[in-house]
Amino acid sequence: MTLTFTPADAASGSILLLFLLALAAGLMSRAQRLLIIFSSVVATAASLLAVVAGAMTVGSGTTERMVLLLGLPDLPFHLRLDPLAGFFLAVIGLLAAFVSVYSAGYLKGFIGHRPVTRLVVFYALFLAGMFMVVLADDALFFLISWEVMAAASYFLVMFEDERPENRKAAYIYLVIAHVGAIAILLSFGVMAGISTGFETFNGYTFDAMRQANFPLPWATAAFLLAFFGFAAKAGMVPLHVWLPEAHPVAPSNVSALMSGVMLKTALYGIIRVTFDLLRVFPWWWGAMVLALGIVSAVMGILYALMEKDLKRLLAYSSVENVGIILVGIGLSMVFTSFNLPLLSALALTASLYHILNHAMFKGLLFMGAGSVLHATHERNMENMGGLIHVMPWTAALFLVGCVSISALPPFNGFVSEWLMFQAFLLSPSLPNQLMKLFMPLGAALLALTAALAAATFVKAFGVTFLGHWRGPQRQTIHEAGWSMKAGMIFAAASCLLLGIFPTAFIDWLHVVPEGLVGGNISMSAGVTGWMWLTPVAPERASYSGIGVFLGVILVTAIVYVVLHVRPGRIQRGPIWDCGFEKLTPRMQYNATSFSMPFRRVFGFMASVRERVTLAPQQAHPAFPLRLQYHLRIRDLFWNLMYKPVADASFWLARKVGRLQQGRIQSYLIYSFVTILVLLLLAGI
Amino acid sequence: MSMSPLVIEALQVALLIGGAPLFIGWVRMLKCWTQNRSSASIFQPYRDLAKLLSKDVVLAGNASWIFRFTPYLVFGTVILAGAVVPMLYLKLPLAPSADVIVLVGLFSIARFFTALAGMDIGTAFGGMGSSREMLVASLAEPAMLMAIFTVSLANRSTSLSHIAGVIYSGQSLFKPSLSFAFIAYILITLAETGRIPVDNPSTHLELTMLHEAMILEYSGRHLALIEWAGMMKLFIFMALGSALFFPMGIASVDDPLMIVIAGAVLLLKLAASAVVLVLIETGLAKMRLFRLTEFLGSAFLMATLGMLSFFILE
Repeated sequence: MTLTFTPADAASGSILLLFLLALAAGLMSRAQRLLIIFSSVVATAASLLAVVAGAMTVGSGTTERMVLLLGLPDLPFHLRLDPLAGFFLAVIGLLAAFVSVYSAGYLKGFIGHRPVTRLVVFYALFLAGMFMVVLADDALFFLISWEVMAAASYFLVMFEDERPENRKAAYIYLVIAHVGAIAILLSFGVMAGISTGFETFNGYTFDAMRQANFPLPWATAAFLLAFFGFAAKAGMVPLHVWLPEAHPVAPSNVSALMSGVMLKTALYGIIRVTFDLLRVFPWWWGAMVLALGIVSAVMGILYALMEKDLKRLLAYSSVENVGIILVGIGLSMVFTSFNLPLLSALALTASLYHILNHAMFKGLLFMGAGSVLHATHERNMENMGGLIHVMPWTAALFLVGCVSISALPPFNGFVSEWLMFQAFLLSPSLPNQLMKLFMPLGAALLALTAALAAATFVKAFGVTFLGHWRGPQRQTIHEAGWSMKAGMIFAAASCLLLGIFPTAFIDWLHVVPEGLVGGNISMSAGVTGWMWLTPVAPERASYSGIGVFLGVILVTAIVYVVLHVRPGRIQRGPIWDCGFEKLTPRMQYNATSFSMPFRRVFGFMASVRERVTLAPQQAHPAFPLRLQYHLRIRDLFWNLMYKPVADASFWLARKVGRLQQGRIQSYLIYSFVTILVLLLLAGI
Repeated sequence: MSMSPLVIEALQVALLIGGAPLFIGWVRMLKCWTQNRSSASIFQPYRDLAKLLSKDVVLAGNASWIFRFTPYLVFGTVILAGAVVPMLYLKLPLAPSADVIVLVGLFSIARFFTALAGMDIGTAFGGMGSSREMLVASLAEPAMLMAIFTVSLANRSTSLSHIAGVIYSGQSLFKPSLSFAFIAYILITLAETGRIPVDNPSTHLELTMLHEAMILEYSGRHLALIEWAGMMKLFIFMALGSALFFPMGIASVDDPLMIVIAGAVLLLKLAASAVVLVLIETGLAKMRLFRLTEFLGSAFLMATLGMLSFFILE
């Protein structure tokens, strides 16, 4: 017997390790310090194992299957590790590894306040759930894994449950997650039923669905159910309202995972169902995904821009990035439906690349926000400022995240956005006139999103880390510990590497789009050497991340050296105060004032309520004593979509509640009437 | 006889760095003439830069490394941007590393860090400038990309040398889509380079400042770098406009004579574009900030019309 180690073994080993960690954590709750170190080491190891499994699968392009004799009798669990699953396994594992390193330092902040055992248990289950979701190859195991992931993350959001906002957020999250899960369940039901002609139970495996031919109406029903089910989990507008509530209140290491990779499992679901299970679709499915993606991207970033809570800002920006990824998926679907495999592969590559990139920079930004929260106990940017002087490491690493997410070259966010633009610019090859006309508009809105993202992150970084401290009193703010720094440094380094070596990564992941849409852009992408990324052809477009990176560094360094040949002195002086003296930190621009012009221009997309009250002076009304400024910004969709539904269900509940009076006599009458009605029905 | 492409590249960068102050001097001179004022010498911008470079730097007490690092970065990215625009020669060695979208990205880096530097000191002006600059950018950038996309669709490429080459060969000259894109490009150039009616480069009136508000605290060589980068940015936008819409004269072979002719033609085109710029600046007043939405909205509309006419007419 020869012992061979396959990627699937690594993946299952990783999941097993996480379940063992969840068990062991319960036993170790006495020694909290030890538990934190132990859990961090084990979770990092398990995540790296998943990365190895995923990277090997994508690299070799192999597919492995496993059948577990668990679950219901005669309906075993199916697992499959194909390149698509491998890619997501690698993405989730990579961020999970960085976050687990970070957690070692972050969780220490809870020592003395509350036990972290529950956090560790559900953290392990959460990771295991995500890994299982991407490995599942039948509807039953998929939904079970999906629920493990959802339930574990619910308990993580509820971790600091003494605050009412956390309980409310967790409740909204649970409701929307389950509405989504029901839609997914129904979608699988439709597909399973059609694939076996409603005869046997064997249609629940994805293999049976892959082999079936779905009539268009049923396929459309299955797609719409699956798409909206997954989109609710991914935080697509208008199903996003839970996201900015739930992500910020979770502990920051969990927020990083939820925003960075949990949303991606939902996008995995969309890709799996459309490209792998349904396979054939009309062009308007793609157009719908594209349009909703653009709406998500623009609205997500606008809400992020108007936000003053750092973690909520990041959560809204996840809505935007999910939108950008959906744009790529939608484009790829449109190209596939018109049978243009190469362009479809380009759009899907852009999308997958953005999935990986967003995991890295959003993870990094949430870890940075976590370090700030850890040090200042503050999430409101209006009370921060000047942290670059006391937390230089966190500031520099957070800046890397800001630059990456704002799609500035040479960092990674730019590469995926650039690929997305290239895919848009190839839309004239579409045979459909309507799509041709609207595609460029989509590209322009994507450009608007990128520009607004830059504004958002200038604000996030500028208000939090630059200027003077705005808070009431300056507490003892400290730099993040070594493990937190290490977690952030790894993520920042990946942002840079993914930005300057795009050809290597595109070459690595080329099997994923090739398997799904049949096109391969890696041949043309590296045709002029590894330094230049040329997605279609060198004369069409080319970009060299490393060239831009080295160019900027080189030119900047030369200028610096030339200007420092002659030693010049640097004096420090007070700020220019226009002759008024007594400048206070409260006179700085803050988050609200920074976004004021944007509220004026784009405010119609949110419900902004602004009120200024002046307390007039006796002598003359032109010199008020006091000015009070109230600003409330709410999600447009909360009032439009959710509040009516919530109000209606409460109204209905109250009406139905009248039946319940607490008197035994009336209950007996109800039973009697019910029996009568049933007898009557039976009689007919 | 032929010249090495690297030498041409170096020549172009030298022309950019050395020529930008001269170009600004020319614009200021023209502006004085149209407004019936007597003007300073055309070489005045050089003297200003030399003066600033020889002065010591005074930093605000709160300035962090971002504030000190930004001028160098801004200068570096603008030079890199200038190195990829075909000004003298179509096949520049650096051109494949950045297409026109990357070019927009390079300017975004400069703006991103300038805006951060504006917030670094902790004054109201800096923040105000940053906030307004980012607003203008977020309105101008979609219009800019839309205009660029029209040009790239008409020429089937986003590579600058390729676009210039296709138009040069006469395949797509005087197309309706390109004329709309050109109008949009003019409007965006005014916004991106901070000229009237979007911003006033010579104002120091607190409430009307956009770009000037962000760099109010800079002094000495830092200020010189930022000012110089601003001059080069205007120069590049003019040269980019000529490469995208009127590439005639740019050398397609590496013959020294052709390169010299290309240089002369470039200077002529720049001199002419300065006349247009000055006429616009003299004829218009600076707009209120919130009217810029209409101004940049019309730029976006023009670019969209160009795109539509490409799909409908061509």
